[in-house]
Amino acid sequence: MADRKIDEATQTETVGHEWDGIEELNTPLPRWWLWTFYATIVFALGYVIAYPALPGISHASEGLLGWSSRKQLGGELQAAEEARAGMRAQIAATPLEQLPAKPALMRAAVAGGAAAFKVNCVQCHGAGAAGSKGFPNLNDDDWLWGGDLRTIEQTLIHGIRQPGDDQTRMSQMPNFGSDALLTPAQIQDVASYVLVLGRKEHPGASSGRGKDVFATNCAVCHGTDGKGSRQFGAPNLTDAIWLDGSSRDEVVAQISHPHMGVMPAWGTRLDPVTIKMLAAYVHSLGGGEAFAAPEQPQDP
Amino acid sequence: MNRPGPVKPAPVSLYARREPVFNKRIDGRFRRLKWAVMALCLAVYWITPWIRWNRGPYAPDQAVLVDLAHRRFYMFGIEIWPHEFYFVAGLLIMAGIGLFLVTSAVGRAWCGYACPQTVWTDLFQHVDRLIDGDRNARLRLYKAPWTGAKIARRLLKWAIYLVISFATGGAWIFYFADAPTLQHAFWTGSAAPVAYATVGVLTATTFVLGGFMREQVCIYMCPWPRIQTAMLDEKSLTVTYKDWRGEPRASLKKALARPGSCGDCVDCNQCVAVCPTGIDIRQGPQVGCITCGLCIDACDRVMREVGRPRGLIDYATLEDAEREKAGQPPSRHLKLIWRPRTIVYFTVWAGIGLALLFLLGTRVHTGLTVAKDRNPSYILLSDGSVRNAYTLRLRNMEGRPRRMTISIEGLPGARMWSDDMARVAAAPRLVREVPADETRVLRLYVVAPATSAAQEFRFHVQAEAQAREQAAAPAQFDSPGGAS
Repeated sequence: MADRKIDEATQTETVGHEWDGIEELNTPLPRWWLWTFYATIVFALGYVIAYPALPGISHASEGLLGWSSRKQLGGELQAAEEARAGMRAQIAATPLEQLPAKPALMRAAVAGGAAAFKVNCVQCHGAGAAGSKGFPNLNDDDWLWGGDLRTIEQTLIHGIRQPGDDQTRMSQMPNFGSDALLTPAQIQDVASYVLVLGRKEHPGASSGRGKDVFATNCAVCHGTDGKGSRQFGAPNLTDAIWLDGSSRDEVVAQISHPHMGVMPAWGTRLDPVTIKMLAAYVHSLGGGEAFAAPEQPQDP
Repeated sequence: MNRPGPVKPAPVSLYARREPVFNKRIDGRFRRLKWAVMALCLAVYWITPWIRWNRGPYAPDQAVLVDLAHRRFYMFGIEIWPHEFYFVAGLLIMAGIGLFLVTSAVGRAWCGYACPQTVWTDLFQHVDRLIDGDRNARLRLYKAPWTGAKIARRLLKWAIYLVISFATGGAWIFYFADAPTLQHAFWTGSAAPVAYATVGVLTATTFVLGGFMREQVCIYMCPWPRIQTAMLDEKSLTVTYKDWRGEPRASLKKALARPGSCGDCVDCNQCVAVCPTGIDIRQGPQVGCITCGLCIDACDRVMREVGRPRGLIDYATLEDAEREKAGQPPSRHLKLIWRPRTIVYFTVWAGIGLALLFLLGTRVHTGLTVAKDRNPSYILLSDGSVRNAYTLRLRNMEGRPRRMTISIEGLPGARMWSDDMARVAAAPRLVREVPADETRVLRLYVVAPATSAAQEFRFHVQAEAQAREQAAAPAQFDSPGGAS
């Protein structure tokens, strides 16, 4: 440089510009800073070569290491799967009946079932498995088809009224109203009788007439005492749990053109171990029944 | 063109090369006190993890143990759970206020005697004297060319540094696991990697900070001298050179030749020679002075030899110095200690201590926390009754398994069962055994009659027949009936 300008006070070269009499000193960068800077450049070049970095028309460069976030995720998922494999194998090898006797295995199954439930079941049964109108609450002690581990598993595998599955749980309540099997008056009477059975109304003339209608038309599935039948998935009409509502209108609607719940057969979609774990989870929600137990006595 | 370039003046550097300190061996009352404190500190540090304490079959029998894996802190008869960490916080606050108290009463006594940096630097300086000889020999060796003998001496000295550093770093890990077991695992290579890493790091820091950086840690790295600068006042003890008595200084020969015109200081430089941080106390109070008193020992010896009264350099307060300068006798230090500032510090310090002791004496070893299921918040059962679910955590903080009775208060007709029993056995109270020194998690279903409205109630646990050992936790019972 021909004309180096030196600052008087510091004896340092200036960059040669001047702003309102203020000049900038040309203090060199510290050596360590420069070397660190060069090192970052070298690192960046290496990074660009080793990892996907350069954008192209349809794809970015792949990089020598062949790394991609998708592959990394795949690896992590596989690692997680392998970590679970041992426990899954043990659950697979344990008959469902013996699962509750092995607390560690049962805990793992319940945890796995809870995860599977969140993915597959919450859409109908709700996040807390409390269900809603028409969709059974899995926490309570009322089971249409039975609540022991084996029965729950069976329901999971084959579903309820799943078309095309010859082992699915199947039953049909006639459309007493829309098919004109009963007169509107008879329907009102039998509704009165059902509400009396469920202790929602007091007995009267209507329910007295309804009793006869019930005995002729309904007792075959719901039993003469109205306590239902698990063979047909016929609800117990004497308990406090009303799947499709407990108002007179709702009961009348259910008799006239019944709502019949459908549950998919999960055996075709989920593997047997996952179904086993789901059964364990549903059974653990507080209403699970013991095997071969007769009617559970109610809380006295 | 070709103007002669201006001559650059040497830049002012903020960096000063370390002047090595070759402190002279000295004996005296403060040196002996320093030996005693050093022995005590090192003994406490190295021996503590090896003290055994029988806690029965359910807890480790190490007297002082920070059991991070199980989140327990054992200190002799005291066991701290994570939720009782306020005990540790309280002790730390007491340590802080204790430091203030000590500083306001006796100045930088912590720096001079008890600080680990001081203790280990002192130890390393003693190694220097042991291998290389006293001050003059070390100075000579420092300036000598690197011969085989010098290299051998250096290697030997650093090897001893390393052994001390390793013993220091190694002892630390014994506070965090059973010492004999860990000792065996450590030497057989089966200890946790974190143990080796800890030993490595602490050995390296001890080696560097104690062996080489020494007083630089006090002067440049440690914040405490700077805080103390603000904490000291005219009534705090500092090491003081009594310049009104010492100046003008003159050699003994000159002083004898011209009696009356010279001060007591014979300018022998012994106070500088013995200083572990290499300062000259005669330049007044300074941040490098850790008030260890070795210069007092050195000066007292010289004063004795030249037949003058001791205490030319001495522990004194600024107030004392003023009184002495004015010709009055110094006040007794004990009297100075009791002043509002120390009394306030002591009151706060003792207050926290007493509060901790009170809490320690009255704490209950039974605990209960309750979390309610919110989704769903209640379940209607087929008989019309209502069920709520809760997760209970029963804490047994004693070193033996105990049976605890869980009961419900304020929910008439309620019965409960847990996930480890049949529903038919539901009862108004349940008894569960909680393992020693553990928390047992219990999922509990509470059933109340159909008429129950949503309401608050309480879970209550009672440990065995111990009257004081009980705990309660509030909970909410939800029902379709809504609020009462």
